[in-house]
Amino acid sequence: MTDRAYNFAYLDEQTKRMIRRAILKGVAVPGYQVPFASREMPMPYGWGTGGVQVTAACLTPEDRLKVIDQGADDTTNAVSIRKFFQRTADIATTEATSEATLIQTRHRIPEQALTEDQILVYQVPIPEPLRFLEPRETETRKMHELEEYGLMHVKLYEDIARHGHIATAYAYPVKVEGRYVMDPSPIPKFDNPKLSDSPALQLFGAGREQRIYALPPYTHVVSLDFEDHPFEASKAPHDCDLCGASDSYLDEVITDDRGSRMYVCSDTDHCRSRRAAGFTGRLGTPLATEAAE
Amino acid sequence: MYVAVKGGERAIDNAHAFLAEERRGDMAVAEIGTDQIREQLRLAVNRVMAEGSLYDPDLAALAIKQARGDLIEAVFLIRAYRTTLPRLGHATPVETAQMAVTRRISATFKDAPGGQILGPTFDYTHRLLDFTLMANGEAPNAPQALTKASPVPHITTFLGRDGLIEAAQPDDTPPPDLTREPMELPASRATRLQAITRGDEGFILSLAYSTQRGYGRTHAFVGELRIGMVEVEMDIPELGFAICIGEVELTECETVNQFKGSKTEPPQFTRGYGLTFGQNERKSIAMSLVDRALRWKELGEDFTGAPAQDEEFVLMHADNVQATGFLEHIKLPHYVDFQSELELIRKLRAEAMAQNEAAE
Repeated sequence: MTDRAYNFAYLDEQTKRMIRRAILKGVAVPGYQVPFASREMPMPYGWGTGGVQVTAACLTPEDRLKVIDQGADDTTNAVSIRKFFQRTADIATTEATSEATLIQTRHRIPEQALTEDQILVYQVPIPEPLRFLEPRETETRKMHELEEYGLMHVKLYEDIARHGHIATAYAYPVKVEGRYVMDPSPIPKFDNPKLSDSPALQLFGAGREQRIYALPPYTHVVSLDFEDHPFEASKAPHDCDLCGASDSYLDEVITDDRGSRMYVCSDTDHCRSRRAAGFTGRLGTPLATEAAE
Repeated sequence: MYVAVKGGERAIDNAHAFLAEERRGDMAVAEIGTDQIREQLRLAVNRVMAEGSLYDPDLAALAIKQARGDLIEAVFLIRAYRTTLPRLGHATPVETAQMAVTRRISATFKDAPGGQILGPTFDYTHRLLDFTLMANGEAPNAPQALTKASPVPHITTFLGRDGLIEAAQPDDTPPPDLTREPMELPASRATRLQAITRGDEGFILSLAYSTQRGYGRTHAFVGELRIGMVEVEMDIPELGFAICIGEVELTECETVNQFKGSKTEPPQFTRGYGLTFGQNERKSIAMSLVDRALRWKELGEDFTGAPAQDEEFVLMHADNVQATGFLEHIKLPHYVDFQSELELIRKLRAEAMAQNEAAE
């Protein structure tokens, strides 16, 4: 059901050009937040309007789009955004990470390694990593200009002094190519290592805050830490109960009123393809029997 | 067996169908027409046009109907539609001095050329529920008078003649367009006014109110409030002159603010300015108070730390479409982030417990 009343991928070509210019600038200065004239999209601010605009500006009719939210293709907002592009761009979609040419994501990086032929678009709520240390944009821009990141290190140090650990579990700040401190969007810090040296182009769109930033392929990204407190990518100390994966990020699901829990891959495509390949976990059944239920 | 979050697509479709049914309400009651909304809920239409930044009463009425009367949702619908429209050019500045006024009052002079015209106002009405409206009572016809052809000059021009009020310097710099360029701070007054006139009425009202209660006090008088139709003219390159392309209803408020002078400015009255689409008195008065409060730097006043003086605070939080979107996005799943917090808390708790046990 393509809507011919709107241009390909909703936005008019002038707007796409404006967004592409911002993306190119972001690619040229990795980790730098480029202001752009974010448009009102037909979904609310805070629901992925930045990612949607970046995706709209990058899509070509030949693209195959995958949309995930919390790692899953079937969560409500992922469904809504995928439908939006099916409707306004009439493009092919997929749930398979390897088949997608463009992946829009909220809060996760797919488990499967990406390739040079792929673009990963992140939805970003608060692009400024220093925002909760300094609420003023005029101040934080100055801090980036001067590479004045002492405040961030003090915050991390205070965490260690108080808790023995850095108490940031998601949206864990990173430094890009030794220059800009960047917010990787609210991905769990488990995903942070995948940001670095990725063959795929990574683009970040914050609609409400009117910012775009980028990590070109093979950009070196370091999670902030201290020599005696090195960064550690953490996850629940379990294996996936469906596919048995021991190295994927897990969601915890409460299964009854006695508080029983199961752990399942947050990346639904990763879990399904493992099960299709015959892997099973503690509670897993072969994929075929479940489809028959 | 539990399968993580499947069936989202069908659930969404069903939810939308349910919403459409709820919007219609009881089928035994006649459906409301957008023409009825446009004519009989005109102030709601005005608010949606003002905050949606699109002057089209029919579309605003449609948005209100579709949004089930949720005006912020209606503003959002209008904004999302507006953004797909091409911008063909700029109008020339509208001449509010040439406005065909339906209401024009001054709180600073008992009378002035052009006179005091009360117009259609709730002021001085007793707020008693009129039960005849429930019984579909018809409104009596209002008495009519011929409109005066004479122009209605701005009150502030009289003060300006004697140098009692700061001069409003003409400025031909093309104003920025907030819908086409990202907001940059510090912002020009033109940008600020644009952001405030699009801003949420409730937010602007509360900020203005806070200045009256002493948080960035500006000692404002309503020098003039005028409501009426103005012609919109546009330069057509092929013609070489401006032609009228339509009319819009505007509410304009100019405040006259007491000012004892500062290090840089002599004692004189200063100005605050408000302008909105449609009859929208509360908004335009509130706008002019907030505008004046934000001008502290330019006038050499002290920054007292009041919210209404704080440009970044005001401009970054005035837009209700942004605010409501971000507020309501916390309804979206956050279980990945929550999971990582959960693990962190468990780890910290386990360590704290172990330490306590060791201490005992």
